Amino acid sequence: MSEVSSLGGTDAADMPPTEASHPGPVRSDARLWRLKSFARDRSALVSSVLLAAVVMAVTFAPVIGRYGPDEADNLARYAPMGVGGHLLGTDQQGRDMLARLLFGGRVSLLIGVAPTVIAGATGLGLGLVAGYLRGLVDQIIMRCLDVVFAFPMVLLAIAIAGSMRPGVLTEIIAITIVLIPYFARLARTATEGVVPMPFIEAARAAGGTRTAIMLRYVLPNVFSPVVVYATTLMGLMIVVGSGLSFLGLGVQPPTADWGAMVAEGRVVLRRAPHVTVLPGCAILLVSLAFNFLGDGIRDALDPRTIRR
Amino acid sequence: MAAFLTRRLLGVLPVIVGVSIVIFLLIQLAPGDAATVLLGPQASEAARQELRHTLGLDQSLPVQYFAWAVRTLSGDFGRSIATQLPVATLVLPRFVNTLILTFGSLLLAVVIGYSVGLFAALRAHSLFDRASMAVALLAGSAPPFWLGLMLVLLFAIRLHWLPVSGMREIAGPGGGLDVMRHLILPAVTTALGPAAIIARIVRSSVIEALGRPHVRVARAKGLTRATLLKRHVILNALPPVITITGLQLGYLLGGALLTEVVFAWPGLGSLLYDSITARDLPVIQATTLLIALAFVLANIAVDMVNVALDPRLREA
Repeated sequence: MSEVSSLGGTDAADMPPTEASHPGPVRSDARLWRLKSFARDRSALVSSVLLAAVVMAVTFAPVIGRYGPDEADNLARYAPMGVGGHLLGTDQQGRDMLARLLFGGRVSLLIGVAPTVIAGATGLGLGLVAGYLRGLVDQIIMRCLDVVFAFPMVLLAIAIAGSMRPGVLTEIIAITIVLIPYFARLARTATEGVVPMPFIEAARAAGGTRTAIMLRYVLPNVFSPVVVYATTLMGLMIVVGSGLSFLGLGVQPPTADWGAMVAEGRVVLRRAPHVTVLPGCAILLVSLAFNFLGDGIRDALDPRTIRR
Repeated sequence: MAAFLTRRLLGVLPVIVGVSIVIFLLIQLAPGDAATVLLGPQASEAARQELRHTLGLDQSLPVQYFAWAVRTLSGDFGRSIATQLPVATLVLPRFVNTLILTFGSLLLAVVIGYSVGLFAALRAHSLFDRASMAVALLAGSAPPFWLGLMLVLLFAIRLHWLPVSGMREIAGPGGGLDVMRHLILPAVTTALGPAAIIARIVRSSVIEALGRPHVRVARAKGLTRATLLKRHVILNALPPVITITGLQLGYLLGGALLTEVVFAWPGLGSLLYDSITARDLPVIQATTLLIALAFVLANIAVDMVNVALDPRLREA
């Protein structure tokens, strides 16, 4: 069970020193098996290729299109797809939709991914400490997090972001706060499962300090479920983040962002539906890809899960 | 059952206190001075000073919280900055409209989710199964506010079947039928995501229950399909489904907030949206508090249903 799983590398070089003492063929076989099983999962593979393509596209956005995202052309307003050199048409201000989608994708991906990563790390830390130390510390941490669970996720994010000055950072903070408890609860449960194991007792008997045991022996075993959970949550967070942007809590005009673009397009839904349809499709596609990827990683790491 | 309910209600008290602290602290998040935030930028310095004194803003945070909590408990949520009306009169009628939308969506989500999931499970790997699960995956991944706009585009703008938006009041001239017509699109929008998740869980849960030994025995005994499902499969498949349905409540309430904005549904969500735009913090606080309380109580109700279905939980 003790596995430091990173899907990237297959050789023993990136393993921590403790693992190198018993490298054995079993471990690398298991690793290879996991990679293979991930590669066999066609939807997960397609999703990772798609996500990589999206990341590349938004990174190289300035090189791809001929137009800037905020470049308004009054003569080319409401252009449908493929007209007048605008591959995906233009919006009500004559701005190129492709450029806005690409540049907006930067913000949308950031809002989906950053809070998940930050909350994952924070929740992992809190859950680890709560699950390992137990007692009063555990009680205090978990009761505080219970309060966050008492709110519907989207409501609390809206309330927090709505009380602050709108902006990307506000959105990231709001989503991070509502996500932390989910990760902490998972990490705590995983920690509780690891602590009674003999190798932890051995480490204790060998005189390891609490911090050292937590970081060196418990953490690696709690890490992989948290990573899996984070991947499955990213799709949902892209959707939640775009919802906050839709409400105007994120980037301010004229900056593009998929959620904000849907809100802008809503006004001209009758006249130029593509202005609303396209950014929504982008959100749907990316969120779907993250969901498939999450499922694929989970199945690859845990051969017992066959169904959802 | 009564003992369980009492225990559950008592256990929720500290959580409610915590919730109120979080909502109280929201005002601390707001940029700028709280008196300016509460009175709006037009207020005079003298008025601000007075408010600071009456609200005890010059005192320590715990003292302030206590005073705020006492006021809120007595039903005084303060005055709206934007409209100068007492917040309670603004919020309560809207709350009813949100409940209508939420219950409508919950009903839809449960009916759609359970029937699609059950049919898919009984015809596992058939065309219907695969198609419905693909649709479920799409619906579950799509942003609800955008899905709503797409439904408007199709059913209201292109096909002219249903109104675009704007339910005004329940007691309007159109009566109940009019409310229903206005309710269809928002309710479907809010329900689709949760329905998709429920359908997937029902499907896997029923497939699992169908494979259990006692079901095979019952089948070997020659029970009819209907009896088999009714007596041996559905009840056994229910517990995980109920839990997931309960979890969807939060998603439904959150989704309903955004749907209300899309369809101009006069509920708490659109009120929250308007008050965020106007930076009307007392209204934001009251709205958030009300929805959170409703959510906490709804979760207790879900637990009660679970306990009613599975007596083993009563001892826990």
